[in-house]
Amino acid sequence: MNRTLYNKLIFEYSREGRVGAALPAAKDGARVLSDAIPGHLMRDSDPGLPRVDEPTVVRHYTNMSTNNFGVDSGFYPLGSCTMKYNPKINEALASSPSVAALHPAQPVCTVQGALRLYRTLEKALAEIGGMAEFTLNPYAGAQGELTGLMVIRAYHAERGDAARTRVIVPDSAHGTNPASAAVAGLEVVEVRSRADGRVDVDDLRAKLDDTIAAVMLTNPNTAGMFESEIPAIAEAVHAAGALLYYDGANLNPMLGVARPGDMGFDVMHINLHKTFSTPHGGGGPGAGPVGVRAGLEKYLPNPRVTESADGTLSVTTDSDDALGRISLWLGNYTVLRRALAYILTMGAEGLSEVGPLATLAANYVMASLSDVYELPIPGPCKHEFVFDGLKDKSSGVTTLNVAKRLLDYGFHAPTIYFPLLFHESLMIEPTETESRDTLDAFISVMRKIASEAASEPEMLKQAPHHTPMAHPDETEAAMHPRLTYSELKD
Amino acid sequence: MEKLLYLPTHEYIITDGVTGRIGISEYAARQLGNVVYVDMPEVDDEIVAGEEFGAIESVKAASDLFAPVSGTVVGVNEALLDNPRLISENPLKQWIVEIELSDASELDSLLTPEAYTELCANEKH
Amino acid sequence: MLERCGAKSVDDLYADVPKHLQLKHPYALPQAMTEPELRDYFAKLDADNIPLRCFAGGGVYHHFTPAAVDSILSRSEFLTAYTPYQPEISQGTLQYIFEYQSMMCGLTGLDVSNASLYDGTTATAEAMMMCVASARRKNRVLISATVNPAVAQVCGTYARWHGIALDTIPERDGVTDRDSLRDMLGAGDVAGVILPQPNYYGIVEDLTGVADEVHAAKALLVLNCVASTLGVLRSPGSWGADIAVGDAQSLGMPMNYGGPYLGYMCCTRALMRKMPGRIVGATTDAKGQRVFVLTLQAREQHIRRDKATSNICSNQGIMALHVASYLSLIGPDGLRRINETGCSRAHRLASLLEAGKRLSPVYPHRPYLNEVLLKVGDGLTARTIIDSLAQNGILAGIEVAPDRLLVACTEMQSEADIERYVELVNALPIHE
Repeated sequence: MNRTLYNKLIFEYSREGRVGAALPAAKDGARVLSDAIPGHLMRDSDPGLPRVDEPTVVRHYTNMSTNNFGVDSGFYPLGSCTMKYNPKINEALASSPSVAALHPAQPVCTVQGALRLYRTLEKALAEIGGMAEFTLNPYAGAQGELTGLMVIRAYHAERGDAARTRVIVPDSAHGTNPASAAVAGLEVVEVRSRADGRVDVDDLRAKLDDTIAAVMLTNPNTAGMFESEIPAIAEAVHAAGALLYYDGANLNPMLGVARPGDMGFDVMHINLHKTFSTPHGGGGPGAGPVGVRAGLEKYLPNPRVTESADGTLSVTTDSDDALGRISLWLGNYTVLRRALAYILTMGAEGLSEVGPLATLAANYVMASLSDVYELPIPGPCKHEFVFDGLKDKSSGVTTLNVAKRLLDYGFHAPTIYFPLLFHESLMIEPTETESRDTLDAFISVMRKIASEAASEPEMLKQAPHHTPMAHPDETEAAMHPRLTYSELKD
Repeated sequence: MEKLLYLPTHEYIITDGVTGRIGISEYAARQLGNVVYVDMPEVDDEIVAGEEFGAIESVKAASDLFAPVSGTVVGVNEALLDNPRLISENPLKQWIVEIELSDASELDSLLTPEAYTELCANEKH
Repeated sequence: MLERCGAKSVDDLYADVPKHLQLKHPYALPQAMTEPELRDYFAKLDADNIPLRCFAGGGVYHHFTPAAVDSILSRSEFLTAYTPYQPEISQGTLQYIFEYQSMMCGLTGLDVSNASLYDGTTATAEAMMMCVASARRKNRVLISATVNPAVAQVCGTYARWHGIALDTIPERDGVTDRDSLRDMLGAGDVAGVILPQPNYYGIVEDLTGVADEVHAAKALLVLNCVASTLGVLRSPGSWGADIAVGDAQSLGMPMNYGGPYLGYMCCTRALMRKMPGRIVGATTDAKGQRVFVLTLQAREQHIRRDKATSNICSNQGIMALHVASYLSLIGPDGLRRINETGCSRAHRLASLLEAGKRLSPVYPHRPYLNEVLLKVGDGLTARTIIDSLAQNGILAGIEVAPDRLLVACTEMQSEADIERYVELVNALPIHE
């Protein structure tokens, strides 16, 4: 392809008079508008949008897409992100002209199919999570966490337990946990991780008191280790009057193995774009459904889909017990459709194989590389594991160099410098959808990079060499931010 | 006579007991790497000992700035707004804010240069 | 594979999961479906939905989506990528976000845009928290009674748990009551003021002088604007707003029963580092090429943890690509035409209905674009109109009160649709 012809910004193709779409128009539109709105309420400057024809727009974005790497492009072992394959049938069923035309304000008798789908997915997730009820309204995992924490605050508030304003989070947790707690108006207390990456249960017990609203855990944790002491943790948390929150970021290896509800968790969220194969979309849209154990259902946010005895579905928008409202309507409906398509494609038995296969793939890659990469926490791991850089660090080759060199070989990089437990964290999550051939190819490239680190360290430190662009100057970007096209022209 | 004192969170104050200039230590500047932005209070703002009064950012890290002592901001180092990298080059000269101390006795709880150096040595190990 | 792992069975890999926690039975879920069975299952579900010719708005509008947008969005290099952590292989995502940001800044007349937020309701809640975070030691925010109630409710929920005092500015004659606003600002404890444009009733509010009053009280002005109307209405930046937020669904996004949409947020340069969400910036690579990277990351949760400007970790990626490709195809003239057409049709519908004497504008002297609040005459209710038109394939609008119907038009209704709407209303039996 001709990269020099198509590396412009869309604004740089703009020519006066060009247009990319024909639109229905009312003949008197211009006059009616100018009669309707007084001049001083109207736009007084050009909005700076481009004028481009359709072929140019399509070629522009198609060429841009080839500078991108998705799960469809190749192996994407990005730890903690569960980049599994997104089946095409999900896309085919995500929407349709009749679905696209459904307005959220339609009378409920005209959207029974949409509400039935919502209810069916709610129930399926409740079964998988071991929870009593789910809401599908949260738009993403982070908003799911926030919603879950609001459920917990609403529960304590109703009991008059106003002093519970703090939440315990492991020091290994993803940054979203403490950030969600802060948005929910809670103060964060960190609990230490032990050398094996698991929560220090003694430290946790010492920090539990009557100011603690909740304890947030991922299980397996961010190091890919199952918190074996979870029954004791749940007991201690509940004895202290707090609730236990399950961050569903790492639910994938638990599919078919164990349910958060059975582990003693009270509230959880699920990232549909991880465990249930909906595409990440370069950042979104995702969905972060929230489940609760029996007794907490009434706090779930408005609107709620409810079912009457005769099977008719309706939507409640004004429950006073609810924590409030966190979305325009019932969440990202087309994402929910994809997730239900996945669950039904897999079926009860197929879903039960997901966790074990994801765990097998991770352990296989780990065992195949731990002689050349430093494995700080011995396995077995669950769906992912963490290396602390190369075993032989004498060449000065870092985790960043390894990650960038992987791009040259056609793989996406693992998650790097997270979790914060180790200096050179390199976090690998293969997922269950990769064949053994793919895993072997990745293993062989990782070994090759390790040998390059010994033989050609300087070459590695300059990687990547074969990507569409070389190393970017991020300091310049942060120090003199240029965030729009007009700032490039100046 | 001016004294140089530190907080364990790596802020310093150079003070004569009446006014003082607050910045970050050479050790902290080295740890941060290239500084891209310094978030500063405004003149006349009150700062409180032990509480944050601003933040300092590099490309992929950020640290809150804590006040060694309480007081009123009487000046900010405007050179850092245009060129925050200066702080990486000479942190002791490139102070961040200048304050009028409200309680000089708060200085007694700060670390001497010797005690601070020892603390950094322990952190490094 | 097991041998390499030093395990005899997969069960060995789960030896650390206490036995009593392990599932004994498969999930109580249906058996696997093949693709044809699944298509059939979805077709049956969808047959229980009745698509209606849409005259409803209330923040969600039925607009035309060019086929080229769907085609671009289906590129799986875009769709199946994650957040662009590795710029060397994510220039596609990073560049369309940069284009998106540039377009939103052009439309809002503000300096900086983030890479997008979930929807218009949550974007407004984020703006509310941004006001409080920017104002040291003030935690009161004012929101107009004329803001879309769903937006106000979401802000109220975030405010309740985050610890913000959110007070409502009363409305008078269909618009924000400026006298009340002035009184409320007088207390000196207000961090931000949230106003709509156009407001929930479709009215274009005259915001002359508002920004000066808000700024004199050392508060920030947030305007919640319907994105498509930014093509013709005076921009938030021109009104003196500090932050512009809203839903971009009106930029040709399919309604899809509530989502996904996109929440946009733009602000002044001064507030840039207080902004939530991803931001993309331009820089150069080692070969001197113009490239794009995620920047100003020190604001975000993965670095700042509980001190971050927000807990948001991502953006509405593919919906930002929708906005960029849609606006590229439609262009500034197309966006103007869409507003003109909606405006013309809404005014025609309102005048035909008024002639029939059953529905008439509640605020006849207020300017409106493509959406108008109608008063329902004696012997009818908004509910009966909605229910009976639904039986004839038309979504008549949104019930705002038993005698208040909110109606919107776009380029998607034909003259014939409008005439049919009027005929159906005029044919309704009146209950004395």
